[in-house]
Amino acid sequence: MVEEKKSMQEEIFSLVNKWKNKEGNLIMILHELQNYYGYVPRPAALELSRVLHTPLARIYEVITFYNFFKLEPPGKHTISLCLGTACYLKGAAVLLNEIKGLLNIEEGQTTKDGLFQLDVVRCLGCCGLAPVIKIDDKIYGKVQKNQVMGILSEYGNHKKEE
Amino acid sequence: MIKAKINNLPVEVQEGESILDAAKKAQIKIPTLCKHPDLPAGAGCGLCIVRIKGTPKMLRACCTPLEEGMEITTHDPEIVAVRRTVLELILSNHPNDCLQCGRNNNCELQTLVADFGIREESFQKFLPDVAKDDSTRTIVLDAQKCIRCGRCVKVCQEMQNVWALSFLERGFCTRISPAGDIKLADSPCIRCGQCSNHCPTGAIVEQDETARVWELLQNQDKYCVVQIAPAVRVAIGEAFGYPIGTNLTKKLYALLRRLGFKAVFDTNFGADVTIMEEGSEFIQRFLHGKGTLPLITSCCPGWVDFMEKFHPDMVDHFSSCKSPHEIVGVLSKTYYANKKNIDPKNIAVVSIMPCTAKKNEIIRCEEMYASGCQDVDVALTTRELARMIKQAGIDFVNLPDEDPDHLLGDYTGAGVIFGATGGVMEAALRTAYFLLNGKNMQKVELNQIRGLEGVKVAEIPINGKKIRVAVAHGLNHVEYVLDKVREAEKNGEEMPYHFIEVMACLGGCVGGGGQPYGVTDELRTKRAAGIYQDDQGSKLRCSHENPFVQQLYKEFLGKPLGEKSEHLLHTHYQARPVYAK
Repeated sequence: MVEEKKSMQEEIFSLVNKWKNKEGNLIMILHELQNYYGYVPRPAALELSRVLHTPLARIYEVITFYNFFKLEPPGKHTISLCLGTACYLKGAAVLLNEIKGLLNIEEGQTTKDGLFQLDVVRCLGCCGLAPVIKIDDKIYGKVQKNQVMGILSEYGNHKKEE
Repeated sequence: MIKAKINNLPVEVQEGESILDAAKKAQIKIPTLCKHPDLPAGAGCGLCIVRIKGTPKMLRACCTPLEEGMEITTHDPEIVAVRRTVLELILSNHPNDCLQCGRNNNCELQTLVADFGIREESFQKFLPDVAKDDSTRTIVLDAQKCIRCGRCVKVCQEMQNVWALSFLERGFCTRISPAGDIKLADSPCIRCGQCSNHCPTGAIVEQDETARVWELLQNQDKYCVVQIAPAVRVAIGEAFGYPIGTNLTKKLYALLRRLGFKAVFDTNFGADVTIMEEGSEFIQRFLHGKGTLPLITSCCPGWVDFMEKFHPDMVDHFSSCKSPHEIVGVLSKTYYANKKNIDPKNIAVVSIMPCTAKKNEIIRCEEMYASGCQDVDVALTTRELARMIKQAGIDFVNLPDEDPDHLLGDYTGAGVIFGATGGVMEAALRTAYFLLNGKNMQKVELNQIRGLEGVKVAEIPINGKKIRVAVAHGLNHVEYVLDKVREAEKNGEEMPYHFIEVMACLGGCVGGGGQPYGVTDELRTKRAAGIYQDDQGSKLRCSHENPFVQQLYKEFLGKPLGEKSEHLLHTHYQARPVYAK
């Protein structure tokens, strides 16, 4: 635990040093933090606040303003469901509801067992395959509602909570 | 100077002045819910839109500076219609529980909606599902009533430099909250209550504890005593139509007796005792080198909280002396209880304070229980007292004048000026002068440290020595003073100041977070003037001259900083985390 904390401090220290004299460095540092941890952990935000002499409230204002930044650890697998025009017209909203129901989460959330994270995106650049679901780097096209459970089960056994 | 026309009336204002302020000078009121005289314009609510000849768009008056030759229309049917729509949209995200709201009859939104005669809901209602946060036990944050004007956020971040409140997320999801949606009590909040004083609606109000006081007053076994803080007497009148700054001390004494309090004391007496202790502490540190200089005042619980969280390196500089109301509290349950032969357990002490932070101070550490029970039972704000007066059906305005109860009620001019920024310092110097010189100052008024300048410094010659003092109020002015001290410490130089006074709220307690709404610099100045007038008219103007203070030391405490005083009247400070979570 102590060791982990030390590495976080070191990590942040080096990031802050790298961006020290650059204007707008908070966003750049948050980007790097998120790349490193997959999200912005609260201890990291607190440490950043300390070394950057920036109030935590300001850091959270920036984090929560942008959709990109996450405050929760990402799921093992990221489901990107496209709600762009073509996918929407082809019934993506039905797929969204199906996934939400199966995993018991809302968009932007991660399942309690940490297996899946559900993100809604606009256009994955393959509208011909609409409606499209992307899981991690794999694209599933022309998905039907009754195929969703099968697709998800490829990624392990999700424990559904009551 | 800029010359322009507003509604065809010629106006002339300084360059940079907003259309909103310029219009005021032409007796035109443009409605706004986000602009507050204490704060920079935020263009948050969109109500202050006006039309400028030659531009097709309506512009916001709060953040548009008046320019040479502008011709502005502030009110025409179309502008009024847009404002009405803005109000209706705000209402579509605002609950309709006005009758049960802490700001009922005192709400800026409610007033505007009434003025515009809005009779029905034009838009579908959407209320976010958020729970109230009363974790601080001093203020209640009800984010559902928030109209996202941003005043509280600006107050908390810019005026007070506390950064407990922030705007999280954006657009429809925007909400005021501490970073990470934690409870306010786990955030850096110092409970100063300035957010509640600046909120236009009921989204942040003081924690109402009047019910507890009614209950205590009804309890036949309880011997209820009460005290009023210096700043309350010059502000309470605002709730009853008095001119701002009217001193109602003697009416308040009469009133509190009629409410059922068995003894009516005055926090100003406690202030006089504070000065005996703190003045002696200063002499110890200044003359005898016992303790760290500069000495920093500690009467303000918001400031104490702020220091413990943000400047813990200053702990040793702090006066260990308790705040005046805590002193009256502990003396009520020891000295007074002895004299009157009452069991301290049956005494209930109620403090009427201009301050929300006092509600937390009364339980802040074990020294607040020095009498053997909680020294002060309830702390009410000025706003709560105003409500109690109205509930009790007492015709406050026509009450006769009465005097306080002796032992803990009589005060000197030095005690009352605690309510204004610079007052504690001035009172302390009056007594320090006497302690060093054996006689009183010829002229006791220290005008250099009065007034609303954010940081005031002065050099007071006493007995061949020069005492350098600094006074700061509004917490964003503190850093400057403390950094000077740190710099001198680092470089091994002579301290820039010997004595520092800090009050968390702008103007000191007269501008406190628990005072009546609508505070401006003009109002702070008028309230302070009422306090200085009280001092001016006092026969005794130095704390050490107070015969009841002298009696207290002779019969009970012994001497300032003596064993009994240390036990009852002093406390300690410690570093605390800025975020508990």
